[in-house]
Amino acid sequence: MDETGNKPAPKDRTAVERRSERELVVTRSFDAPARLLFEAWTKPELFMRWWAPKSAGVPLLSCEMDVRPGGRYRLEFGRDPSSAMAFYGEYTEVSPPSRLAWTNDETDNGALTTVTFDEEGGRTLLTYRELYPSKEALDESLAGMEGGMPEQFDQLDALLATMGGGGQ
Amino acid sequence: MVQYSPPPLDASFAALSDSTRRGVLERLGRGDASISQLAKTFHMTLTGMKKHVGILEQAGLVRTRKVGRVRTCGLGLRRLKDEAAWIERYRQLWDARFDALDGVVEELKAKEERDGRDRQ
Repeated sequence: MDETGNKPAPKDRTAVERRSERELVVTRSFDAPARLLFEAWTKPELFMRWWAPKSAGVPLLSCEMDVRPGGRYRLEFGRDPSSAMAFYGEYTEVSPPSRLAWTNDETDNGALTTVTFDEEGGRTLLTYRELYPSKEALDESLAGMEGGMPEQFDQLDALLATMGGGGQ
Repeated sequence: MVQYSPPPLDASFAALSDSTRRGVLERLGRGDASISQLAKTFHMTLTGMKKHVGILEQAGLVRTRKVGRVRTCGLGLRRLKDEAAWIERYRQLWDARFDALDGVVEELKAKEERDGRDRQ
């Protein structure tokens, strides 16, 4: 609590760690039972409300989820459907309310993603883990966030423009 | 809500403040090339291209290796920015996402409490 009685600054509530060359782990603790987090992660109408926050820059246009082992999901991002970018894959593990895993099939180098919800005393530690097929695949994903070099260059150009260093 | 703000200018970005050097990286993104090939592609002298490649190499964006008399260039391991900066950007995305998720689960919690009371 700070002097105004607000919650502490959110700065360090979310932690990201590169646990190995191929593995990226995000953790955060929530003041809620695991089953509600599981619900927010597996119901499209709830999922769509948080997966693409405004600061991520690209809105989530649609979300289809068939949440059962072997079931598939599909997310489409973009400003309009004609230029949407799709992310899709298959659920490999569905164990409510504590564990969910899926593949990311939009590229050949997609990660296997696992989310676990560990509840204790009404609070839940959420662990989101991406395991990539290779170190290079993880590097690429981190640097490009989505996509490869061309997008990086676009971002870079935009960034350079804002800094007045376009160098043209 | 955490907004993504541009990271501070560092050696990588300084190296990229030149359109020729950005062009060189784009070219190397399609495959390795020798310094003389690059010089030819960008209509420059060998010395001029060596200077550009040197700057990119220092920033970790390009690596070179000499085989016989030919120096071949490829994309460096560092790519455009320190890994730490990419991880921080990734963390900011997740932090914003989880703030929003927090809002959703708080709402679900409140609804459960209301429904629980209604049933009593």
